[in-house]
Amino acid sequence: MKYVDEYRNKRLIDKVAREIRSVADKGRFYNIMEVCGTHTMNIFRFGLRDLLPSNIRLMSGPGCPVCVTPNEFIDKAIWLGGLKGVIIATFGDMFRVPGSYSSLEKEKAAGCDVRMVYSSMDALDIARKNPEREVVFLGVGFETTSPTVAQSILAARKDEIGNFSVLSGHKTMPEALRSLVRGSRLNIGGFLLPGHVSVIIGKRPYEFLSKSYKKRCVIAGFEPLDILEAILMLITQKRPAIEIQYTRVTGKSGNPIARRAMEKVFDKKASLWRGIGKIKDSGLVIKDNFSDFDAEKRFSPKIKRPKENKGCICGDVLQGVKTPLDCGLFGKACNPENPVGSCMVSTEGTCAAYYKYRGKGNG
Amino acid sequence: MGKEKILLSHGSGGKLMHNLIDTLFLKELGNEISRKKNDSAVINIGNKKIAFTTDSYVVNPIFFPGGDIGSLAIHGTVNDLAVCGARPLYISLGMIIEEGLDMDILKRITASIKAASKRSGIKVVTGDMKVVEKGSCDKIFINSSGIGELYYRGLSTDNIKAGDAIIINGGIGEHAISVLSKREGIRFSSAVKSDSAPLSALITKILKASGKVRLMRDPTRGGVATTLNEIVKDGKFGVSIDEKSIPVKRGVREACELLGFDPLYLACEGRVLIVVAKEDAKKVVNVMKKDALGRDARIIGRIIKEHKARVCLNTSLGGRRIVDMLSGEQLPRIC
Amino acid sequence: MCLGIPMKVVKIDGDEGVVEAGGLRKRANLSLTKGLRIGDYVLLHAGFAIEKLKDKEARKTLQVLRDMHI
Repeated sequence: MKYVDEYRNKRLIDKVAREIRSVADKGRFYNIMEVCGTHTMNIFRFGLRDLLPSNIRLMSGPGCPVCVTPNEFIDKAIWLGGLKGVIIATFGDMFRVPGSYSSLEKEKAAGCDVRMVYSSMDALDIARKNPEREVVFLGVGFETTSPTVAQSILAARKDEIGNFSVLSGHKTMPEALRSLVRGSRLNIGGFLLPGHVSVIIGKRPYEFLSKSYKKRCVIAGFEPLDILEAILMLITQKRPAIEIQYTRVTGKSGNPIARRAMEKVFDKKASLWRGIGKIKDSGLVIKDNFSDFDAEKRFSPKIKRPKENKGCICGDVLQGVKTPLDCGLFGKACNPENPVGSCMVSTEGTCAAYYKYRGKGNG
Repeated sequence: MGKEKILLSHGSGGKLMHNLIDTLFLKELGNEISRKKNDSAVINIGNKKIAFTTDSYVVNPIFFPGGDIGSLAIHGTVNDLAVCGARPLYISLGMIIEEGLDMDILKRITASIKAASKRSGIKVVTGDMKVVEKGSCDKIFINSSGIGELYYRGLSTDNIKAGDAIIINGGIGEHAISVLSKREGIRFSSAVKSDSAPLSALITKILKASGKVRLMRDPTRGGVATTLNEIVKDGKFGVSIDEKSIPVKRGVREACELLGFDPLYLACEGRVLIVVAKEDAKKVVNVMKKDALGRDARIIGRIIKEHKARVCLNTSLGGRRIVDMLSGEQLPRIC
Repeated sequence: MCLGIPMKVVKIDGDEGVVEAGGLRKRANLSLTKGLRIGDYVLLHAGFAIEKLKDKEARKTLQVLRDMHI
């Protein structure tokens, strides 16, 4: 695959790994957070930790949309799915995520019409084909995904598709990082910033990290060579700055068309992050002039008080304060078949990655 | 517990299914034969050893690139017999048909069953059909049971030794991707064809070439990862596999990148994993390569003393990771 | 957090198009990227082309690493 295989070239990867080992100062620890869940997954999938010296510590961050979606969102989706005539359309990612009392997978077995889609446009197609039904699309994801969902809402308006709406659980990354560095209980020296979010927003929204908080940052791609090169850039960065490693798709200013679509449809609002709490301006809600397409406003979901799972330390894991191995539930009460927290259910969740690739945490 | 319902994940071939089988079916119905959990049961009738197996086919869509539900129902059952060292002989077919199915579709499926039976050298000797109301099943479901005569004894996890080689006869995940490419909501076009095929002739050649084959398994639901985990489940050994030696064809790889899948968990319907003594491994691979169904045969790993009950993958970049059993069917994801 | 894979544009029809990788073809929405041409590579996420790949930059990255002397 072009633009993939080149970045999995073992010879080059070995070379960069050697360089990392030779330039890393043996007398110090490098605490690096990979913000994005896809980075976490690929670091495990390719066994990249084995290539790094032991004084480079990688911590997983809050960049997994499934993991940070609160129970409340799933509870609402389930409530909506229980309405007569409603079809819930969702990315596969959300299907098994437990809410306070159930999951979409379980509700489907109980009769709820849940359809998995690859794109929000596919959900719109379902609405077109089923004019007598109501299609509610579950909008989750960060800035990479929210413009695509915005486009679907704009298309629905243009084509006058009245039976399509979105339950928006979209979140934004820079605000989460701000809250993380502000309240940081852990010493993080540098960040691998999410390449695909940055494709949309560019580098400017992260500048506070280097300017106000003196954090070193590199916007990184997702292939093994990208990740290692970004680590090398990070540990050799002279002064705190936001550098871009993933230059083949990420420009300084991002994708303006995508941002415009986002701004047209969504407003920023405070949002609840699982395990982390409410973060100012970190959520995207559908603007009032698109309220016909806002499932929240159209159906006003009435849910029982959401319940968070006791003993689950997902919140600390998402903030890089603890690892799954510190959790009493990990691998015992909480496993991929019976996930307690969403970091276990999301394939890119830190707990799932630890469980899947390290073997129940013993490896 | 009283409200617990069966989920699709219970049927995905992963851990949920294994737990259900152990805690319900084997607990209530288990005996010394079924508890061995082999692809076929081996039973004694008179002084003959007979392999006996059953499987149900509910594939959606019923026609997919490289096959259909009819040929699949024959190949699947033939392969379950063949990997136990049996010569497949007779098959029964039970069809559950949805009211309103086009007669032409049923004719096409029957023609496909006929061709697959001929190719596999088996006879369909008995059958049953039921028609159910529209909506009670999806077009057509087929159950097939088969019996075969055991000609090679001693295929068992008990015979595995550290150092044994693990061989596969071709690329992984082609069946799963060909079926997925036609699924509603995912749909893409691709040149990938299902690998569905009868393996009995190939397996006969393998067993003729080596008397030191320890075990064979066909990696269907749950894929190679799940099957290898099952092989070492009893905890005496571990498995080490090398990512770069595992054949993943063009098209399968791209589909996996697109949907966020790991090919190690994708179902195959014409693949066999062979555990054989190290000294015979090359010989077996050479024999396999001469057969059309074994052209891409290669050694993908070995049985090890360490990492008991675990499957370890050496990544193509020199790292290492554990490959667990599938927990629920892989879902297309965007994250 | 977001899977994105590079695929080649093989058909453009207004905001819709077809992208390809390894013989796999999929319909894609192209409305978030401007000025695409057949043969361009795009990053596909959730059915949308979210950006065009810059070949010059891609080659530059690799060249820097190849030239690195250790």
